[in-house]
Amino acid sequence: MEHNIQDIILNVESLNTYYGKAQILFDLALHVYCGEVVVLLGRNGAGKTTVLKSIMGMISSKSGRVFFKGKSIDKLPPYKCCALGLGYVPQDRRIFKGLTVLENLEVGRQPPSEGYGEWTPARLLELFPNLAERRNHLAGMLSGGEQQMLTIARTLMGNPELIILDEPTEGLAPVIVNHLLTTIQRLKSEGISILMAEQNLNFARSISDRACIVYQGQIRYQSPIAELSQAAYEKYCAL
Amino acid sequence: MPKLEKGILLGFYFVQFLTGLSDASALFLVACGLSLIFGVLRIVNLAHGSFYMVGAYLAYYLIANFPQGAFFFWAGILLAALTVGTIGIVIETLLLRRLYYAPELFILFATFGIVLIFQDLSRWFFGAEDILGQQAPGLAGSIDIMGVLLPQYDVVLIVIAPLILVGLWFFLYRTRWGILVRAATEDREMSDALGVNQSRLFTGVFFLGSCLAGLGGAIQLPKGGANLLMDLNIIAAAFVVVVVGGMGSIPGAYLAAVIIGELSAFGVLIFPQSTLVLMFLLMAVVLVMRPHGLLGNAEPEVQGAAKMSTATLKPASKKLKLLGLALLILLFMMPVFVGSFGLVLMTEIALFALASMSLYFIMGPGGMVSFGHAAFFGGGAYAAALTVHYMQTPMELAILLAPLLVGLVALIIGWFCVRLSGVYLAMLTLACAQICWSIVFQWGKFTGGDDGILGIWPSAWASDKTVFYYLTLILCIGGIMALRHFIFAPFGYTLRACRDSSLRVDSIGINRHRHQWFAFTLAGTFAGFAGGIYVFSKGNVFPDVMAIPRSFDFLFMILLGGIETLFGPIAGSAAFTWLHDQIARIDYWQLILGCIFILLVIAFPDGIAGSIHTRLGRYFED
Repeated sequence: MEHNIQDIILNVESLNTYYGKAQILFDLALHVYCGEVVVLLGRNGAGKTTVLKSIMGMISSKSGRVFFKGKSIDKLPPYKCCALGLGYVPQDRRIFKGLTVLENLEVGRQPPSEGYGEWTPARLLELFPNLAERRNHLAGMLSGGEQQMLTIARTLMGNPELIILDEPTEGLAPVIVNHLLTTIQRLKSEGISILMAEQNLNFARSISDRACIVYQGQIRYQSPIAELSQAAYEKYCAL
Repeated sequence: MPKLEKGILLGFYFVQFLTGLSDASALFLVACGLSLIFGVLRIVNLAHGSFYMVGAYLAYYLIANFPQGAFFFWAGILLAALTVGTIGIVIETLLLRRLYYAPELFILFATFGIVLIFQDLSRWFFGAEDILGQQAPGLAGSIDIMGVLLPQYDVVLIVIAPLILVGLWFFLYRTRWGILVRAATEDREMSDALGVNQSRLFTGVFFLGSCLAGLGGAIQLPKGGANLLMDLNIIAAAFVVVVVGGMGSIPGAYLAAVIIGELSAFGVLIFPQSTLVLMFLLMAVVLVMRPHGLLGNAEPEVQGAAKMSTATLKPASKKLKLLGLALLILLFMMPVFVGSFGLVLMTEIALFALASMSLYFIMGPGGMVSFGHAAFFGGGAYAAALTVHYMQTPMELAILLAPLLVGLVALIIGWFCVRLSGVYLAMLTLACAQICWSIVFQWGKFTGGDDGILGIWPSAWASDKTVFYYLTLILCIGGIMALRHFIFAPFGYTLRACRDSSLRVDSIGINRHRHQWFAFTLAGTFAGFAGGIYVFSKGNVFPDVMAIPRSFDFLFMILLGGIETLFGPIAGSAAFTWLHDQIARIDYWQLILGCIFILLVIAFPDGIAGSIHTRLGRYFED
């Protein structure tokens, strides 16, 4: 698939992020085209989550620029990034356990941005039938898979144009991973762009367009997913 | 109790029960505001009691200046509550917002600065006289219940609290705002990432909580009036309510407020002297049975808040030790340079240094922030004074007995405290200290109450100011060195391990509670030791020495000196005592002190020793 430069929805330039005095990201650069699914591969501790949190404004980076739809968002707090159309699905789900399923969705509700369909609780419960049965249950009572669905549904309530997914398959049973796969394909078909960190290579291969390998806080390798070099993967990702 | 007929007796108990319910109302309003604010903002707002006090004063002045009539009475009360809410917004946006990512203790400190400022401002605006509240129009009479009279206004109070409870429930569970508030209580970073503007939510919640406190003060006006002691009295009781009811649980706050209201109403019949002791007993029983309160859940992890003290303590380098030795020599030569007034000040500094060091011992390496350390310091002073007063013990024996007696008290209080952690522990220590204070204050027959105990002078050989200075200096240095020894002994390392990773400590077979309990007792003992000497330097003792402001003085000394170094508390007590001596002659000195607190927290979080260490530390390494 050929892309024009103006089709870039997210552009990250020379990002430097620190935890205290320890530098985690080194001049990291990254971009996502409209409608594209990009996967960040890399070992534990390579900096994948830090990249995602820096983009979302949850960690303030020391220097570097982040552009979303051409607007600079590197100094914006998370809630403003969200209002612009960025959705964030955290690694450890972080659902609100004391709120019901519907209340969790309510927290994520944002007005829709132009050209993107409005997600309503009714549409989302149709997409995730398991949640529909439990709409008035406390979210803390859901199973792990259901919680993962809820956290995605909750983010969709913000009608994002780009979703940041942090290791969505972690700790899920294979049958749920398959369900997740169809869900993400569905989102892609709706025109939503996705930037995802993932350790499960098979899952990444079957869903994404392009792979970026994060190693020691930098993107060391990138290619269309079909051309992902085994040598590069083993060099940077294998344990 | 008067002898009454059976029917009247039943009525009497019933009316007593209703009185307890009406007393619970204001307490509930303050406690649920406190709980709400803590849940979302993670701030223990000590100024909440001040809001309550200001609510009462404002209501009084608004009603006094409004035309007569029921409408204007209630409009005055409502307007007072809203005004307090607005004051809350100003404080939140101008001050607290700067501190959300600072350690909890710093924020607490800033709110205590607000308490001091409000104390003096209220005295300035409203005067020091106690004010009798106006009667509610049309509700000034009483109703007859089985032959016993109950003021009509009490019925209003009984009804208001459940109404607010239901209203809050509706707000939290049936409105979008309420859902956002509950979401932020669980995980504020996540709700931020989902597009919820946290600053606006925080301001809104702070407004609501402040309104509730102001309303609490305003509605109790016809019953209790307004005075300048209201703020700290209610805050201690509200802490007990929150701990008993369960942090963050609003129904729990109501339940606990009712239990405490009833306990005081019936407790008065049994122990008219010290109803507060009953409150403490209740809290103790609840904490043993249900550590998270009657309706509370396990303590939520605080996300995004910085830890109090993380620095690795290292024994001083050789150069620093030489410097310390030079300082010691200077201290011993002091009587040559300063006059007798200066020596008295130096004596006080030494005693405060030991006391704040003992607090630092549990706060820094122990990771347990205590807001009630004055209970031990003042306890030592009273223990020594009482043994001298009643048993004519000589000074030497009294100074030895004081820490032992206080150690015993610390052993009891500590047993409860180490079961909690973080702000819960801090609140419990504050409540315990307030209870110790009220025992001393209320039990006038034994302790002299407000009049204190006078004429506690040192033995003849130590009565000279210079001799007493040397005595104090030697004892305090001994105490500080002993505490330092504990910090660098294996026990101290274990203690720091307990602070840094309780889970890991549990899994390698260390009894965390027992170590912390021992540390708590030890700290109390040393504070009592300092207090025991203190009483002889002053010659008298008053309940003030155990009051909440004194506890905060010790915290302030540590903060002023810097919490990351062992020398911090010592530098801090010297600076604080000097500063206090300078400003205490000014009329509104609490106002100044409050402003200094807030300035320090915002501008110099490292403190004196901390700043020096950062700038010059490298020149003193080995």
